Amino acid sequence: MTPVVSFAGVGLTYPGPPPVVALRPADLTINPGEYATVIGPSGSGKSSFLNVVGLLDRPTAGRYELDGIDVGGLKEADRTALRGRRIGFVFQSFHLLPYRSALENVALAQLYTGPPAREREARAAEALAKVGLSHRAHARPTTLSGGERQRVAIARALVNNPSLLLCDEPTGNLDSATAAAVLELLDQVHASGYTVIIITHDPNVAARGQRIITIRDGVLHD
Amino acid sequence: MIERSRLSVRDLVGEAISGALQRPSRSVLTMLGTVLGIGAFVAILGLTATAGGQIDKRFTALAATEVTVEDVGADQITHEMSFPADASSRVRRIDGVVDGGVYWPVPLPDPTLTGAPGMPGDGAGLTLYAADPGALAAMRPTVETGRLPDAFHTSRRERVAVLGPTAARRLGISRLDSHPAIFINGTPYTVIGVINNLQRLPELLLGVVIPSTTALSAYGPPTDAPAKMLIETRLGAAKVVAEQVAVALRPEAPDRFKATAPPDPQALRGNVTGDLNALFLLLAAISLVIGAVGIANTTFVAVLERTGEIGLRRSLGARPQHIAAQFLAESAALGTLGGLIGTSLAVALVVGIAVANSWTAVLHPSTVLPAPLVGTLVGLLAGLYPAMRAARTEPVEALRR
Repeated sequence: MTPVVSFAGVGLTYPGPPPVVALRPADLTINPGEYATVIGPSGSGKSSFLNVVGLLDRPTAGRYELDGIDVGGLKEADRTALRGRRIGFVFQSFHLLPYRSALENVALAQLYTGPPAREREARAAEALAKVGLSHRAHARPTTLSGGERQRVAIARALVNNPSLLLCDEPTGNLDSATAAAVLELLDQVHASGYTVIIITHDPNVAARGQRIITIRDGVLHD
Repeated sequence: MIERSRLSVRDLVGEAISGALQRPSRSVLTMLGTVLGIGAFVAILGLTATAGGQIDKRFTALAATEVTVEDVGADQITHEMSFPADASSRVRRIDGVVDGGVYWPVPLPDPTLTGAPGMPGDGAGLTLYAADPGALAAMRPTVETGRLPDAFHTSRRERVAVLGPTAARRLGISRLDSHPAIFINGTPYTVIGVINNLQRLPELLLGVVIPSTTALSAYGPPTDAPAKMLIETRLGAAKVVAEQVAVALRPEAPDRFKATAPPDPQALRGNVTGDLNALFLLLAAISLVIGAVGIANTTFVAVLERTGEIGLRRSLGARPQHIAAQFLAESAALGTLGGLIGTSLAVALVVGIAVANSWTAVLHPSTVLPAPLVGTLVGLLAGLYPAMRAARTEPVEALRR
């Protein structure tokens, strides 16, 4: 079975002066269907971990394979394509376009990678149905509650059927009741077969994962 | 291998339009400079063409085929004319001349014109003209009754006269079958024709016309007002004829004549287009530049405002060139829309002004059709720098918000 994420001595050091070690070289394997949470205080290297896994930044050491593809040797255009097709991002601040409907926001994820225009709407509607928001498909994000917005963002992350759902503090902007509902949704998403990584500073969120990885001063502990 | 990200032209246009329309009031304000600049360009060029068209309309075929020759070398003491006796046949030999001849007001200080001998003058206010048959023909007369003098009358210096409608009524001439006569200072002249219209020199309609040879032998050469020659040319030949006529009349002394051809319609239009319009076009250009700066400014602010969106699109697989293309297309859409609105307003303005003045609106396709494209160009230029900035935005930085 090819792991979704495979780190072999992957590390990230920002060149100085003075050089800053953001991520100490580490080995890590996340297999398909896993539900992993990465917990650490702010400044611990969580963001660096997210950027490396999400192909937003290149590691300075080691070998990173996503779905068995060594991404170190890839050109930027290929990394971008891989990011769009294989990774679904969920952000703390949702990043929904305010002037487009929920459906259009979900469909946007297929603009650069996905199917022809006529199929996009149907797929977006399907993804919205998965997160239970079919009835708000034509609402603007400004009229949605925080929990609804994050569900739209999760639908957007799922619409391309990614290998990995990468969530960065998905409940950071939500009250605890709404957060619980969103985490419930993520549990369901995992249960339907997706590989999920949640990066958080909240132990209660981290506790939802089947596997908890802690990160402190750039060092990963399984 | 991995299939690379793409952005179809259709999707790009869709993104650009929804980007430009998502803040309608801001877009309208952004477009204002382009609307004014392009509108001013089209309006000025349209109004110029329309005004030029009116000049063309006044500049009829009649005026374009008329050459007049003035005698500027007449003898100051003897008043001998510069025109030779065979002036008419000399000019007729020039290629392009239809007809032509000499005419002048007869130098009688206060002629008595009567319809019967011994009667008191009832022709006060009527003028006596001498004209040869060629001059009369070139005036394009409409003969009401009778005929015009010809070479026979001229060569024999016959005492015949042609009357204008006013003169005929005043002198009581209505029918010519009894060969009526009028009396000029008591000398009888047989009326051989009455004309009711002259397309050229209509002032002669108020007078009595006698053959030039008759006038010359009876009353001498013109004194106060020198003789003139009227020539009708074929269309387009006037300028060439005017250049040749002085030499044809008197090869040994061509500088005794001054030939006047109608002004060139192209030159007329050029005069109107010059001066003032250069200033207006400069103002239009300035407002177009301001329009470009406006679009550049708004697009730049939009890039800064939408950093999060740029980061999101990068995370969704957009390459830097897709981001640049999107912002460039948005500014181009704004420019095009501004150009379209400006052109429409200008066309409406030109048509409105033309209608108000009962003119024919003239709008050259070569100015109206490319105008919106100029707007596109302005938008593209304006969007260049902001689009580059957007493309260079690092997704990691953009998503940190």
